[in-house]
Amino acid sequence: MSQPRPRSEPVVSAAPFKEKLQRISHGELGLIPVLAALLAVGIIFHIASPYFLTPRNLSNLTLQVGVLGVMALGMSLVLFIGEIDLSAGSVSGFCAVALVLLSAQYGLPGVLAIGIAILCGAAIGGIHGKLVTLVGAPSFIVTLTGLLVWQGAQRMLVGNQIGQILIDDPLVISIASTFMPFWLSLTLVLIIVGASLIYCARQLGSNRFSGAADRLGLIARSMLFPVLAILILAVLSNHLGVPVLLLILACVALVLTLITEHTAFGVHIFAVGGNAEAARRAGINVAKLKILLFSSCSAFAAFSGIIAVSRQYAADGNTGGGNLVLDAIAAAVIGGTSLFGGRGRIQGSLLGALVIGTVANGLDLLGHSANVKSIITGLILLGAVSVDMIARKRRIQSGAAGA
Amino acid sequence: MNAAKVPSLRILETRGLSKRFGSVQALSGVDLDIHAGSVLALLGDNGAGKSTLVKIVSGVHRPDSGELFLDGSRIDIASPRDASTAGIETVYQDLALCENLNVTQNLFLGRERRSRGSALWRMFLDRRSMEEEAERAFEILGTRIPSLSNPISTLSGGQRQAVAIARAIVWQSRVVMFDEPTAALGVEQTENVHGLIRRLRDQGVGVLLITHNMVDVFALADRALVLRQGHRVAEMDPRRSTPDDVVRAITGSEAAGVRPS
Repeated sequence: MSQPRPRSEPVVSAAPFKEKLQRISHGELGLIPVLAALLAVGIIFHIASPYFLTPRNLSNLTLQVGVLGVMALGMSLVLFIGEIDLSAGSVSGFCAVALVLLSAQYGLPGVLAIGIAILCGAAIGGIHGKLVTLVGAPSFIVTLTGLLVWQGAQRMLVGNQIGQILIDDPLVISIASTFMPFWLSLTLVLIIVGASLIYCARQLGSNRFSGAADRLGLIARSMLFPVLAILILAVLSNHLGVPVLLLILACVALVLTLITEHTAFGVHIFAVGGNAEAARRAGINVAKLKILLFSSCSAFAAFSGIIAVSRQYAADGNTGGGNLVLDAIAAAVIGGTSLFGGRGRIQGSLLGALVIGTVANGLDLLGHSANVKSIITGLILLGAVSVDMIARKRRIQSGAAGA
Repeated sequence: MNAAKVPSLRILETRGLSKRFGSVQALSGVDLDIHAGSVLALLGDNGAGKSTLVKIVSGVHRPDSGELFLDGSRIDIASPRDASTAGIETVYQDLALCENLNVTQNLFLGRERRSRGSALWRMFLDRRSMEEEAERAFEILGTRIPSLSNPISTLSGGQRQAVAIARAIVWQSRVVMFDEPTAALGVEQTENVHGLIRRLRDQGVGVLLITHNMVDVFALADRALVLRQGHRVAEMDPRRSTPDDVVRAITGSEAAGVRPS
């Protein structure tokens, strides 16, 4: 309630560290669950298999996670606004086949074929978004339609060709099979370390971080990425080096993180996800924003299809099929994204994809079948959603308790 | 209040506003004026035209005829955007807050401040300056908010009210319209909202208070305007009227102390 208060007392009191603890106790768990899950599966597979933590396997893991990771990042965008895109797998497959045909049959150069495939994905997503906003149909139905339609279209494109359509375009193939030379990786790592140190020093200078706990927390947080980068470099240089694909994935995640967390557009995304009516009253063009995000989601799906082609040197009627789209949704949810919209982080989805990729990789190492993978991934998803629901209850209680 | 005596205080005027929905004449030639630093209560039964009037002024509906004047010059309000550009803010009964966003994000929603510098830099938010501005707004309202970076979902009902009202201060709104601000509130929260509205008024803001609640009228209003079936039927001074007078004006039975207009 509004009690008059002495002038000297600041309106906003809590220090960053205290604030963080308070938020965690109120059920704002952030990235904690997904980091814990990643650590847990890492430890389990390390104990179960001596090969898991070898440079060779970790190099494979980063390549395996590319297709799922890019799709999960795009998926997060529509999940943030409380929508869903079930068609991402089909769109990725359709665009993959389109890419291969453009390159192998029509002889288009790789850059052009990739560009067309991504634009094709963006256009498809635009149609989905337009249908959702114009017709007012639930995105579940619109994109379920998309799933069926684009899967059919993909198979029609493949036509009666038997087996896979191969591609030999050097650019397309190089995406997933190029490793960065050591000097380049080292330069990038040094840039990350340098940027983090500058960020940390500047933040320490500001009066927001005056308490010892706050300073320690800040240092730990700023050191997370440099340490990670050094570890990745140290491990992967023992095999073939850092894959270019990992750099691409990191860049996509970085750009999307900056957009969602540091721009007005990002705030609008979460506003629409949290309370679309309030966003509309604040002058945000909700329909335009939704169409743009559906379009981006499908463009990222197309990009994931391109990565799949690059890994297999080919595409067929099954590219982008199977559990891929559900895994992408699961990755985002494991990473803390809410299916109700308005809540989640890009880094979370990336880590979630890493959890699913690690489980798949580890179970492969142990010689388990795809069925076991499916069961384990499902159970992790259930665990993630349960943690989120419990945290949600905490959030609602703490909100109500304050009233 | 005699408007002719203090013409400089008049911020927003409507002249002859009319609006028809199908066969229903929702509003017929309504004049009103909102003065700086003063609270005008808008009263009327359900369907009297209160909401229609508010929606016209906030840019949701266009009037069939009639004009709006801001500081004496004619203005056209075609969209909610136009209304906020003109300095007219509406505080809705449901507060229109995004519970998942934090306090600062809600205050600046749709009008975020960007960093200064090169084109690339300008894409990013200037959080520091928004937070400072937000702190200043809560200082004026005399409300304590646990943390500006906590989501609205962690705030109490009273704090949420303060956030919705702080928007008007951040935007330096000239006119703030409250749509049934206390309809769903208990006694203590109603007191809280009254306090917030008084502080807003003391900032020189012109307040239009749409309400059913006689307590609101007699606690806050400098003038009260009664609408009935789309017509302006009475303007009264709450300090010289009784709740009975107001009720009689609303329901349409003639009464002493009511000045027909």
